[in-house]
Amino acid sequence: MRPESFSLEEGFDPVRNQYNSTWILSKLLQEAGEEECKILGVTSVDLFVPVLTFVFGEAQLQGKAAVVSSYRLRDELYGLPKNPERLKERLEKEAIHELGHTFGIVHCRNPECVMHSYTYAEEVDFKSKDFCSSCSVLLDQKKRQAAS
Amino acid sequence: MNLKKNDQSVTILIVDDELSVRDSLTKWFIEDGYKADSAADAEEALKKLKPGVWDIIFLDIKLPGMDGMELQQRIKGIDPNATIIMITAYATVDTAVKSLKEGAHDYVTKPVDPDYLSHLVANVVKQRQLLSENIQLKERIQELYEIDQIVGDSPAMQKVFELIKTVAPTDTSVMIRGESGTGKELIARAIHSNSPRRFFPIITVNCGGLTEGLTESEFFGHEKGAFTGALYRRKGKFEMANGGTIFLDEVGNIDMKAQTDLLRVIETKQFTRVGGDEIIEVDFRLICATNRDLELAVKEGKFREDLYYRLNVFSISIPPLRERRSDVVLLCNYFLNKLASSINKPATGFSPEALERLKAHDWRGNVRELRNAVERAIVVAKGPTITLDDLPIPPSSGKAAEGRSLEAMESVHIKSVLEQMGWNITRSAEMLGIDRATLYSKIKKYGLRK
Repeated sequence: MRPESFSLEEGFDPVRNQYNSTWILSKLLQEAGEEECKILGVTSVDLFVPVLTFVFGEAQLQGKAAVVSSYRLRDELYGLPKNPERLKERLEKEAIHELGHTFGIVHCRNPECVMHSYTYAEEVDFKSKDFCSSCSVLLDQKKRQAAS
Repeated sequence: MNLKKNDQSVTILIVDDELSVRDSLTKWFIEDGYKADSAADAEEALKKLKPGVWDIIFLDIKLPGMDGMELQQRIKGIDPNATIIMITAYATVDTAVKSLKEGAHDYVTKPVDPDYLSHLVANVVKQRQLLSENIQLKERIQELYEIDQIVGDSPAMQKVFELIKTVAPTDTSVMIRGESGTGKELIARAIHSNSPRRFFPIITVNCGGLTEGLTESEFFGHEKGAFTGALYRRKGKFEMANGGTIFLDEVGNIDMKAQTDLLRVIETKQFTRVGGDEIIEVDFRLICATNRDLELAVKEGKFREDLYYRLNVFSISIPPLRERRSDVVLLCNYFLNKLASSINKPATGFSPEALERLKAHDWRGNVRELRNAVERAIVVAKGPTITLDDLPIPPSSGKAAEGRSLEAMESVHIKSVLEQMGWNITRSAEMLGIDRATLYSKIKKYGLRK
């Protein structure tokens, strides 16, 4: 865990009032050192990719960098009372999900698998923090491939 | 149609000039487990297009050079089965709506809600899978009525097959001529099953068996209470044939009132149910069959001339079996193979003497009579070979008619069979190898009585 942070100003889109997650990924890659296997950025700003209205996070498929945001995972955004514990759980799940993509794992049909794709915050609560058996096997294979 | 079976093999092409849109959508779909690729303009898209390669194509309306609307037309020409989804900005929604009218499946407005996009693609995949299943099932049904079911190697039958192939894809009315038992209904079904209407029903009306006065109700249906006994509304045969084919068997037997009704529905494609006032529109193809001399009936004033010309647009004459004796052996073996297993008998062939007698027989009841004769022979045969003793055909067949007219012989033979069967019409018709309606008309023609 590195405490470093950098300004997101360049990635801000004033028309959308959101931050371009693809720009953040490129910035993270510049920041990453040679010795790091994967790099995950964590932010609280609202993220987007140009063609979609929002994203919870973005990752380089079978790459190095991933970013995840807490912005749309917060209950208070939907008029509910704050729930820091739930937010932490959701953020962990989405962080593991995006890191899973960096190992080359795509979305899974199993609704309980962490690699299942949900687009609503409350739906993220359905899935677990774990990879299903098929995704676990795949992850092991990918890790072995990366090591060799 | 090459439609994919599971999500993993679904292919998506994204055509957009904005690199960020191409990249983010491609990545999104790959992460979702689809196979995705992109093209920056129409030229690159057309290079990547081949029939059956792409299941779903996302197409930006505004492209440099050839725009999305024009490219949509080109794609439809190359791969009409690809599902096209237009990508648009707010300013071009009108154009997107126009693209829907020209065959696009849907459109998305940038930026797209990720949930909407996921559901849209999942629904398209599901719809394409159902369509694929539907096509496969229809193809299987079609196989049941393939033209191959009609057996005949003779030049006369080859000509009939050619005529079926010529007329089937059109919407032309067809008149099938042939003696009773020659397989007129089989020909009608072959025409229907090889026509664009094959996915709709073929409805057969046996006009020879229609009771005078009830023909109108049979053709057009009736409303509840239209007449005594009409307890429910009932659809008529023309309504049931909507979109498909109506086959009027023994059309020469319908009375003058029914002829007028038939002419009207053929000309207007509209009718009302008996006792109703709602005008019902129908779309049907007409196939008729008769073994009557319709030209003579027209001359005698028994059949409307204008209706005759309406029905007799394209005529197919099926030769009687005695005029194509070379087909007899082929038919005997065809029925032997087809029936032996269903009757669960070990019959595998005919003795040379049995085949000679089968070839020499006159087959007044045509293919139907031959089929019944083979079936009976299979039942009574004691071994795998059908012998002379197993055949229900007298050796003197064909010689007894000397010195007497064909009609007189037919009358005597029918009366003898009827008496043998105790005037049971169903069993007598079966024995004679003709249908019940034909037997009734022959009884009437020869004035036969108990």
